Amino acid sequence: MPRSALTGTRIRERRSLEGLKQADLARSVGISPAYLNLIEHNRRRIGGKLLVDLARELNVELAALTEGAHAPLIDALQGAAAESAALNDPIETDRIEEFAGRFPGWAGLVAQQREQITLLERRVEALSDRLAHDPFLSDALHEVLSTVTAIRSTAGILNAGDDIDPDWQVRFHRNMYEDSQRLATGSQALVSYLDTVGKADEAPNAPLDEVESWLASTAYALPENALETPISAGGGIAGDEVTPLDKSAQSDMLTSPAARALAAQWLERARRDAAAMPMGDVEAVLADFGPDPAALAQRTGADLAAAMRRLATLPAAEGRAALGLVTCDGSGTLTFRKPLDGFAPPRFGAACPLWPLYQALLRPLSPVRRVIEHMGQPPRQFLAYAVCQPVVPSGFDAPEVVEATMLFVPIDAVMDAAARSARPSQNVGDIVEVGTNCRVCARVKCPARREPSLLSGDVGSSFLNEVS
Amino acid sequence: MGKRVLLIEDEPNIIEAIRFILSRDGWIVETHSDGASAVGAVNAKQPDIVILDVMLPGKSGFDILRDLRADPEHAALPILMLTARGQKKDRDMAQAAGVSAFMTKPFSNSGMLDAVNGLMAAGDAPVVDVSGDG
Repeated sequence: MPRSALTGTRIRERRSLEGLKQADLARSVGISPAYLNLIEHNRRRIGGKLLVDLARELNVELAALTEGAHAPLIDALQGAAAESAALNDPIETDRIEEFAGRFPGWAGLVAQQREQITLLERRVEALSDRLAHDPFLSDALHEVLSTVTAIRSTAGILNAGDDIDPDWQVRFHRNMYEDSQRLATGSQALVSYLDTVGKADEAPNAPLDEVESWLASTAYALPENALETPISAGGGIAGDEVTPLDKSAQSDMLTSPAARALAAQWLERARRDAAAMPMGDVEAVLADFGPDPAALAQRTGADLAAAMRRLATLPAAEGRAALGLVTCDGSGTLTFRKPLDGFAPPRFGAACPLWPLYQALLRPLSPVRRVIEHMGQPPRQFLAYAVCQPVVPSGFDAPEVVEATMLFVPIDAVMDAAARSARPSQNVGDIVEVGTNCRVCARVKCPARREPSLLSGDVGSSFLNEVS
Repeated sequence: MGKRVLLIEDEPNIIEAIRFILSRDGWIVETHSDGASAVGAVNAKQPDIVILDVMLPGKSGFDILRDLRADPEHAALPILMLTARGQKKDRDMAQAAGVSAFMTKPFSNSGMLDAVNGLMAAGDAPVVDVSGDG
């Protein structure tokens, strides 16, 4: 399946509408007519500046060339296809865009139901985990069964109608009475315990999901005034003591104590970042260099990861591009996700090992900067900055705890900034082609592929075979 | 000579009921309530048969079973295991460790008698499951 199939077709259609000749359009964007012909026939991938130029020459929005239907919807549909069990009829993964375009309502329903199913599955998993490993439950059940065993056996003796010594009879009656009391207490405790399961800290979402939807509701930007309140003493992100939650962390969207604690940690850190990098400095850096975490770090003395967090969580403003952010811990588990249109880190499960995030994780304290191209329809390019830093300054004996942070900037925002900046363009090496998750990634011959893809026909040949 | 059974169980009222049922059937019943010292009790009392609970203070019934089977002297000792959980994985674990018979709580009194007498009758012939690698 050619990934950008429809982009080329749309360019051709649009050019015909405009009444432009292939040769004229090619000349106006500085490429050869032959090359444009290849693009229009979907034989060459296209993205970045050339696509921007073509859109300008064709008098259309960039999105009109690249997006047949909404990219997030298509991502969700691909995810649904990837997670589905075997069906009688194979899913027409090559026609996802057509489906989303022709039946946006039905496609939305599929995406929404997939979301619900995933949440429910998580909940079932959490509950069965709890049933299997909960020490209280296991003790309570053991207590009830032991008591029932004693009662049954004793009642059996008394009920057999044999001659039983009166002393023994009295003793067994007393035992039965005691055991029935114990059984009553034990079963009541069990019932009230089971009543509370799922209420307190077992909200349908994982705590991180709650925090992320809360942050998404504020576009990931905390109001600057919330950040200016003084930092309480002793507040630390690793500490188990949680600083008093301010109003923003008591949002209705944060239902579980775990989510509120996570949100409080996030706020605390955002406050410290904001204190280290005041808005005036941030705006000066944005004006001079664009969203460049290194420039912000150099100006303010903050560390790179903090600069990335600060840039990714600025309030929306005129001319300020939205930036994406992911963090992971030393196990590679994603601990924060701020998605961007066209690059949504997976909600569950493992991500793409080719992300600069993981390259940074391999080399703590060495910053990584790469242009990445994300698989998808259309493929999109981002400039990604990543760095891995120790979380807690630790002694020589403590385990090393690190966190990797990756900021990703849409390539057009980078180009806008470069156009305004006097600085020579940065050398970032080759473009790294990445995905989100192997199941929904169509990249062929990927050396990092973990499992075959649903979207590509010939993965069998490339899976684990092509490591060069 | 009376047949001797060692009941390793920590629930006093269950001990009392089992002791009564088996004594009336002609068994000499000795009891032990601690997991950690259970293997020592078996060595000291040399019973003809052992009834072993799974959930014991100090040491689990599975571990006691493995320790007993590791000792050649007890390789063929009939051991009836009692557990509050009849799950297949528990049964499999007990079987792999060389249990002779397996009983789920709550049990009926006649079931208990049948199991103990059945194990005793099979006593001379080695029980097939027991001869494994322990």
